[in-house]
Amino acid sequence: MALAFVFLPVLLAGLAMAVPSNRARPWLLPLAAMVHSGMTVFVLMRPDLQRFSSWLVLDPLGKIILLVVSGLFLFCSIYAAGYLKYRQERSNRVFCACLLTFLGLMGLVAWSQHLGLLWVAIEATTLVTAPLIYFNRTRLSIEATWKYLLVGSVGIALALLGTFFLAYSAMGEGRQPSLMLGELLAGAPALSKPWLHAAFILLLVGYGTKMGLAPMHTWKPDAYGESPGVIGAVFAGGVTSCAFLAFLRVYQICLAAGEGAFASRLLLFMGLFSMAVAGLFMAGQRDFKRMLAYSSVEHMGILMLGLGIGEPALYGTLLHVATSAATKGLLFLSAGNIHRAYASKSTDQVSGAIRRLPISGSLFLAGFLAITGSPPFGPFISEFSILNGAFAAGRFLVAGLFLFFLLVVFVGMGRTVLKVTMGRAAAPAEDAGYRDGFLTAAPVAALMALVLLLGVYVPTPLGGLISDAIRYLEAPL
Amino acid sequence: MPDLLNAVLVVVLVLNLFALGTSRLLAVIRIVAVQGALLGALPLLIHDRPSLSVAAAALAAVALKGFAVPSIMMRALRDAQIKREVEPLIGLLPSIVLGALATALALLFSGQLQLSDSRTSALIVPASISTAVVGFLLLTTRYTAINQAVGYLVLENGIFIFGMLLVEAIPLVVEMGMLLDLLVGVFVIAIIANHINRAFSSMDTRRLASLKE
Repeated sequence: MALAFVFLPVLLAGLAMAVPSNRARPWLLPLAAMVHSGMTVFVLMRPDLQRFSSWLVLDPLGKIILLVVSGLFLFCSIYAAGYLKYRQERSNRVFCACLLTFLGLMGLVAWSQHLGLLWVAIEATTLVTAPLIYFNRTRLSIEATWKYLLVGSVGIALALLGTFFLAYSAMGEGRQPSLMLGELLAGAPALSKPWLHAAFILLLVGYGTKMGLAPMHTWKPDAYGESPGVIGAVFAGGVTSCAFLAFLRVYQICLAAGEGAFASRLLLFMGLFSMAVAGLFMAGQRDFKRMLAYSSVEHMGILMLGLGIGEPALYGTLLHVATSAATKGLLFLSAGNIHRAYASKSTDQVSGAIRRLPISGSLFLAGFLAITGSPPFGPFISEFSILNGAFAAGRFLVAGLFLFFLLVVFVGMGRTVLKVTMGRAAAPAEDAGYRDGFLTAAPVAALMALVLLLGVYVPTPLGGLISDAIRYLEAPL
Repeated sequence: MPDLLNAVLVVVLVLNLFALGTSRLLAVIRIVAVQGALLGALPLLIHDRPSLSVAAAALAAVALKGFAVPSIMMRALRDAQIKREVEPLIGLLPSIVLGALATALALLFSGQLQLSDSRTSALIVPASISTAVVGFLLLTTRYTAINQAVGYLVLENGIFIFGMLLVEAIPLVVEMGMLLDLLVGVFVIAIIANHINRAFSSMDTRRLASLKE
């Protein structure tokens, strides 16, 4: 089963390279996504299929990430089929193949129990997603791709050094070094502390670069701003979730080694710093896609903050992975539609989107309310739960700063979003002719329904997965 | 064979300084190719009786780091028709001094570390750290896209040296995966560098400065 998750999308990517028709090729994306999400549901219901070998096991943390990314990819793939219909002037061969390969690599990330293999898969996601940013072939998109490649590669190289340090910390007294998660967790109390600390910092910086935590976030606004909206959605909900899973593994080892307090201090700092930087750059942001990138920086910060608070906030944190991924998908896809209708992503040209694009415009506005944590949407529940956790853990200063930064972000983001959606539609000269179509609007509406559902009621299977994952994080054996 | 191992590591450290000290791009790529080939062969020196899988991994590493990756970069260089680095942020001589300083510090610093293993050479950890630092120096102080990619390779070489301590923890499949990632990574970087050259008529990454707040 594990192999199917990795190789089936890669095979389809090969097929995408071979299909000659630019019109037919994009339909491979929804096809792969439907099979993939079907397989995900199937494997989640069958515990006997969740172990392939000691290397490839779907543990509770992997299950959450697999479910979230597979679900998000399903919506994005349908949207992508619609989007590529508008972009027939350009070959989508590399685009489709890279997206499908990413899906396969994401499966490898979710299943991998060997930290070296995990690193290989994460590094490979960096490489296959680079051509996606470059899809528009403009000078600006080259610049964004170059920055993403360099910053991402260096970050991920540091994560490799951190992984090596981690293996080295397990050496000594004649023991063999190992990078198997189970062995590291079992021997965690005996890990050499200085090497473990160094490894944790390097891995935080390395995988944090991939997640886009400040101050390693510099590639993010460029990459999200210059790539198509659907790629922004895949990045903000998929690539970052993969990197977060990799980091969760490291966090788990740190907890098992009894170094929770050390990890917590760093995570709280990184989390709050990312939220502050995001709030700062979102204020007065004219480019609404870059604004969404900073919002992603903020939410990665919230995830780190939740981990830093620890046990009382873990439920909210893991739920936030799902709610923020769905909301990010909704925002990036609707932003892509608005961008296309106005041929601009600056508030200087874009206004009155609700009039010109009633569906995408209003969903963009609702998505803004959702991502900033307004009830009754999903992120409200998860952010509230993290806040509750902070109070329960007695971290009042952290809770206060968390609330303050949420407010700053709400105000900063609100100004831009209101400018985009409200008011009179801009001059007809700036009308690029695009109106909401079924394929590009329906996935956005479906994501909205999902975000709303998660806000009213967390489905029992998802709640069960999260409880399992918390138990697994605290006591892996 | 610790003597031979130490000798190779010293050569690697000297190559770092050469890489910092030349502005001719072709020479820099050649230096990194030699460094990569030497490092790829290191596992053969560490094991007394290298097994077949160690030999296969070493062969693949030499082929990749010493030949395939540099030839991709030389090709990109030929297509772009550039020969020299534009004047770097930190001059050539000062960057050699910085690199030498970093090497000296790494040697001093590693004496303080708790090294849990005395089987292999004591030079591995400092060589790894100083090579990684030199990679960073190249990445941050050079402006030509190709030279930044060379910096990334040197950084990766530094990390590769550290991996020598952990041969048991890194199975063949993972090592091959890492090498494949490196190859594909340099391939993608070379393609993008080529596009930069075509769109901006130069590989000077200072021209990539339109995206900012």
